[in-house]
Amino acid sequence: MTEIIKRNKALSVSPLKASQTIGAALAFLGFHRAIPMLHGSQGCTAFGKVFFVRHFREPIPLQTTAMDQVTTVMGSEESVVEGLKTIAGKNQPSLLGVPTTGLSETQGSDVRMAVKLFRQKYPEFDAIPVVPVSTPDYSGCLETGFAKAVEAIIQTIVPAAEDAGTRPGRRRRQVNILAGSSLTPGDLEELKELVEAFGLHPVVIPDLSDSLDGHLGEGDFSPLTIGGAPVSELLTLGDAIASLVIGASMNKAADLLQELTGVPDYRFDHLMGLAPVDRFINVLHQISAEPVPAKLERQRAQLQDAMLDTHFMLGMGRFALAGDPDLLQGFTHLLAGVGAETVAAVSPVNAPVLQHAAAEQVKIGDLEDLEKLAEVNGAELLIANSHGVESARRLGIPILRAGFPQYDALGGYQKTWIGYRGTRQTLFDLANIMLTLEKGEIHPYRSMLAQKPEYREVAHEPDETAAAGGLQH
Amino acid sequence: MKQKDIAALLDEPACAHNKKSKSGCAKPKPGATAGGCAFDGAQIALLPIADVAHVVHGSIACAGSSWDNRGTRSSGSRLFRIGMTTDLTEQDVIMGRGEKRLFHSIKQAIDKYKPAAVFVYNTCVPALIGDDVEAVCKAAESRWGTPVVPVDAAGFYGTKNLGNRIAGEAMVKYVCGGREPDPLPDAAKRLDHRIHDITLVGEYNIAGELWHVLPLLDELGLRVLCTLSGDARYREVQTMHRSKVNMMVCSKAMINVARKLQDTFGTPWFEGSFYGVRDVSQALRDFARLINDEDLARRTETLIAREEAKIDEALSPWRERLRGKRVLLYTGGVKSWSVIAALQDLGMEVVATGTKKSTEEDKARIRELMGEDAVMLEEGNPRALIDIVRERKVDVLIAGGRNMYTALKARIPFLDINQEREFGYAGYDGMVELARQLVLTIESPVWQQVREPAPWASRNPAGFNHSRGVGQ
Repeated sequence: MTEIIKRNKALSVSPLKASQTIGAALAFLGFHRAIPMLHGSQGCTAFGKVFFVRHFREPIPLQTTAMDQVTTVMGSEESVVEGLKTIAGKNQPSLLGVPTTGLSETQGSDVRMAVKLFRQKYPEFDAIPVVPVSTPDYSGCLETGFAKAVEAIIQTIVPAAEDAGTRPGRRRRQVNILAGSSLTPGDLEELKELVEAFGLHPVVIPDLSDSLDGHLGEGDFSPLTIGGAPVSELLTLGDAIASLVIGASMNKAADLLQELTGVPDYRFDHLMGLAPVDRFINVLHQISAEPVPAKLERQRAQLQDAMLDTHFMLGMGRFALAGDPDLLQGFTHLLAGVGAETVAAVSPVNAPVLQHAAAEQVKIGDLEDLEKLAEVNGAELLIANSHGVESARRLGIPILRAGFPQYDALGGYQKTWIGYRGTRQTLFDLANIMLTLEKGEIHPYRSMLAQKPEYREVAHEPDETAAAGGLQH
Repeated sequence: MKQKDIAALLDEPACAHNKKSKSGCAKPKPGATAGGCAFDGAQIALLPIADVAHVVHGSIACAGSSWDNRGTRSSGSRLFRIGMTTDLTEQDVIMGRGEKRLFHSIKQAIDKYKPAAVFVYNTCVPALIGDDVEAVCKAAESRWGTPVVPVDAAGFYGTKNLGNRIAGEAMVKYVCGGREPDPLPDAAKRLDHRIHDITLVGEYNIAGELWHVLPLLDELGLRVLCTLSGDARYREVQTMHRSKVNMMVCSKAMINVARKLQDTFGTPWFEGSFYGVRDVSQALRDFARLINDEDLARRTETLIAREEAKIDEALSPWRERLRGKRVLLYTGGVKSWSVIAALQDLGMEVVATGTKKSTEEDKARIRELMGEDAVMLEEGNPRALIDIVRERKVDVLIAGGRNMYTALKARIPFLDINQEREFGYAGYDGMVELARQLVLTIESPVWQQVREPAPWASRNPAGFNHSRGVGQ
């Protein structure tokens, strides 16, 4: 079992954590014609908006209840009602999310009551589902906020089987997918293709690959999301033949869904590396009763070949990882699967899944902690978000960007880590970076007795890079 | 912060907004509000002070999504780029351990990073639970001997603009006057002209654009004691009170700083801009005028004549390509008139401009520049912007980064003018960069390609009427 080392300093330096609140907002952005309204001061929204705009390079629909001094002291429920009315009246969204913030939670704002008031006061908007979710930013991280929003959406909108008359398997080809925040739009596209390859129809909750995949739409402007899972699909989840749950952070949402609908589920902590993908494909094979398509057999064989090709570079490689729990845990196993070692692992929060990380220790902390561990343990390559770039620079090692946010490189949101193909490309990318380290290079030895003319031209300079494996930054 | 103090900050006699009933600092409306909070404004205003440890006291949302998130550049210390926050936990909030954590955090920052000073930004949660940040800062400063400055800027106090003022107020209250300026370096003493001390308030050195201007000021013998806050150091801010003239650069955000320095030290100030040839020259002339040094005035005119001739030549090929191109400018406050002049210098036609944050005075200048029938947009929602682009056959939208992807989705050429941008447009040389970036987007071959329907499709995407080939 992995040892979890708790936070042990007062100040967080070079924070790794993104807030629970914006994690919840992100989940709402995976639904069609949706908009989250953060219940807090307007900065909570402004920061969240910039965070996602820079990562996805897309317009991000996000609103705020704009708490000010008066509402903060006198009560802010009225602001929630007013905000909901304004958005509902102006944009007729299909889904309104209301994640709370540290401010509204500390104040003790009762969002459920506010939503009730809104319903009483404005029955004309009864058809628009409103989902409040408690996501104070003084606990959790982006991943937990995302998961909480999915739980709240299921709880609020998905009807119980006995009430709605849904029956598992009535839609024989429908498969529900509960997709955790570690999956990129690129990952979700891959996931949908895999499911479709078995003649099944995937319903992804939430579907960021349809809303934030970076596509140029027909229309010129929308104040709401321009894609994502249709909210109406939530009513059909109970008729699906199975639910596939990707990411341990989705487990609670999966429990809820199963309780409500009785649809059997299959859970995966992650889909990186041969074994978990094999298990995933086998599940699809069983629920569809279709043979595994030749295309996938081929991709599997290609991955195996890539594993052979890359194990020379990746074997005994020393990696430093920083990320939210699901992503972190997935990477440790992917690396372990090719003989590489995770020598420094930092997660912003603790989670049960970290106990099963393929690393001796996971530190709960920030990028300053990561730098320290990476340095002490001689890490050769860092996997982290864009904030890790400065860390990598200080450490003098290369970085592969993964997780949120990625603001200094394009297309991070479209990177595919999962499945046979995604795993294969990830291994290639990692191996190529390792090659740049020129690990096997032996530093030239210059004999003082040699007769080579160029030795005499320059005085012998001590070269420190020899010990560091030849990498200089 | 007390309601009374906030009201005092909002009541800014030097600001023309004060006289209007519908002020630019209007109360935000739930569900229809854009823009940052007071903390955002305070952090943005001070973060460029490079050798300070900027500690955000609060839960993670405040620092977590915003650290290392600005185009500002430093010529030396990189300390400001390291995000620091107390990252309050639920336990801290419930048990009231915020103050204790803050105290230890300040120590940790001082021990590890040896900053010139620590700035502590108070945010919503600790403000609400009543952490006495000022007292903690005072105690920490006396215990460890490093200046610790409280910046009480909880988000719910108000808008970004208020935050700018809170930041300025903190500098005037705690930092300015902390020491006397360094003696002039020997090399400067040997010059045959006098050196005058000035400060630039509200200049943030975005993308390093201050460095387009600084050589000119050097040449004229104007020593910049401090910029608040681009590429500044703590010890520079301490000497601001000795400035002979303060320039409010391109923004009313920290107008309270200029006013207070005038009230307390009698320092005259003027409002100016480094965008556009005319405005750069005007700013240089204003320094000479207020300093009242004939020799400086003469040398200023010589420098302006030389630089204007030089830049005129450098711009002429760009002017050819930009002449007659139509611009929709959507940006706040002073920047609107300043940038209008710059664009007109390039031979472009500004068909409309945003005036949400502009004062009556700003608007008068805009009318002067654009004519009486100038289109002024009070409310710049994306829909309205796009519609004006279509109606007025606009060739390029110039706005803040927030609107960038809105423009791109509507297939409209775009130039980012706000703080997140990656190019510096200030000074004479900045104009060439501005022209280059405008041509780059307006003449790009991509527009035609993204507006054309697929060969098998019957209608144009985004309702775009491509009979008028914009950008060609």
